[in-house]
Amino acid sequence: MKRQWYAAPYALWMLLFTLVPLLFVAYYAFTDGSGGFSTDNILRIFQPGYLPVLLDSLRLSLYCTLICLLIGYPTAYFLASRDFSENKMLVVLILLPMWMNFLLRTYAMMTILENNGLINMLLEKLGLDKVQFIGTEGAVLLGMVYNFLPFMVLPVYTALKKLDARVIEAAEDLGANPLRVITRVIVPQSIPGVISGVTMVFMPAVTTFAITRLLSNGMIYLMGDMIEEFFITVNNRNAGSALSLVMLALVLISTLLLRLVNPDTREGRA
Amino acid sequence: MKKIALLLSLLLALSCFSGFALAEDVELTVFNWFDYIDPATIEMFEEETGISVQYVNFTTNEEMYTKLEAGAGSYDVIFPSEYMIERMVKHDMLAELDLSAMPNFANIMDSLKNPSYDPGNAHSVPYMWGTLGYVYNTEMIPEELTSWSALFDEKYAGQILMMNSMRDTIGLALKYLGYSMNTRDEAELNAAKDLLVEQKQKHIEAGYLLDEIKDKMIGGEAAIGVVYSGDAQYAIDGNPILKYVIPEEGSNIWVDGMCVPKDSKHIAEAQQFIDFMCREDVAAMNFDYIRYCSPIQSVADNLSPEEAAMPALNPSNEVAASCEYFNDVEDAMSLYENVWMEVRLAR
Repeated sequence: MKRQWYAAPYALWMLLFTLVPLLFVAYYAFTDGSGGFSTDNILRIFQPGYLPVLLDSLRLSLYCTLICLLIGYPTAYFLASRDFSENKMLVVLILLPMWMNFLLRTYAMMTILENNGLINMLLEKLGLDKVQFIGTEGAVLLGMVYNFLPFMVLPVYTALKKLDARVIEAAEDLGANPLRVITRVIVPQSIPGVISGVTMVFMPAVTTFAITRLLSNGMIYLMGDMIEEFFITVNNRNAGSALSLVMLALVLISTLLLRLVNPDTREGRA
Repeated sequence: MKKIALLLSLLLALSCFSGFALAEDVELTVFNWFDYIDPATIEMFEEETGISVQYVNFTTNEEMYTKLEAGAGSYDVIFPSEYMIERMVKHDMLAELDLSAMPNFANIMDSLKNPSYDPGNAHSVPYMWGTLGYVYNTEMIPEELTSWSALFDEKYAGQILMMNSMRDTIGLALKYLGYSMNTRDEAELNAAKDLLVEQKQKHIEAGYLLDEIKDKMIGGEAAIGVVYSGDAQYAIDGNPILKYVIPEEGSNIWVDGMCVPKDSKHIAEAQQFIDFMCREDVAAMNFDYIRYCSPIQSVADNLSPEEAAMPALNPSNEVAASCEYFNDVEDAMSLYENVWMEVRLAR
């Protein structure tokens, strides 16, 4: 009975720093500059020019999630299938880059990719033509994958690590070839890990900002950048709040969709 | 009798101490632009007055205004630009200053005293001033540039960095078209919008940035970058092949002032801080560090011949006369916002 109070600090934290600010955002989203009720700012997303930004955000974050899955799953499988003494290898491989702030990492990425950056200097030394990276979608995508990849590897790794080795042995004993073991036993068992990995990558990816500015000089312009612009440059917090709310609804919908495909939650086991 | 005297003197000594402790307890929160003061001057101020300073940063006037309006944190000295000072005075957000408590105010050059944006310097004391213009890389562009037209020239496509700042960028487009930077006319603003949208659609600009432009220019990442004069000087100091232009069509001249928000609890100490920043030796230190134009007459008088020849540090009188201060455009601000978002969202 008393145990429920253990959660009180976190509940209070949520109330003060999640729920109350959210109410403020909702209030500003549905009012205009003078405080009167208005839906103009919410409907702003349907004005010309705004939807493409939303679609770009969705498209790039889907690409990012997919690439993270393609790179992250085999990595997690490799790590889980071997016994690295006390996971030290995992810490070094996955967590080391996370010890540094993402902004610093992205700045570093910027100096590597610039026209006179590390890669282009190397190309020049080799007598090859320079390549313009900054400003391309590829550069932004690279920055996103670079920053969010650990969020895919860790949950998949955890799911695969929990897998009972005897189940695999049983499959092999019953005559399944290695490919069949992977497709019929390992992958299905790791789906919950994949789902949480996808969620943890997609959510920060769809709200990306700053990475875009640094790696595209602001030429690739996503929802996060637009919201920041309304708050900082334009000083219109009503529009900024409304677009944040749209963003929030989008994240919520995609989380619900992911819950539908997750066998854990679908069968009410979670 | 003696005991009472002893007690009294003890009490006196104690109160002395407590008074001392109180003075030390005052902590001024100074809210300034990023990288816009010589940190050594803050230490000097703390040592000389015993007042401790908490120093925090903002990157645009609008961000500063938003934080102040939202009541997020309490600030004692802020550094808004002139159009923002005008708006904040209008909204009764600034405390009135007592110039008689600031003897160093006399050091300010006469042309910057009693400005149109704040008559009688009732709410602000100039801290730094400068111009808006662009730097260009003389190795990439050998011809001499003198006009805003370079920013819209397809010859330089993909090599131009624009400024991610609403008033500055729309303002330079207006100026290029021969209009005022403070226009409230919708047709003029739409013409500026079309110009900027076309520049974007033809891929003439290579991005919208702010603080990063100066470093990109030093590194040769672009041929032309729109900058404030102080950033221009920083870039030229870092790479001498860069040249600063205040375009002939005219540009923006701006003043960043020092003000005290109305709800500051340390107005007297805040004025002490402002006065300290106007001291000739302190202003000279800040000038050497920031490289914007100092409003202190003696600093301007003591420029080296090389410094005096730099348009970024010492704009000529004719150039300065062709430039405009930003005014608060009041209700027309929503027009600016719409134009700005249309430019940013254009593709």
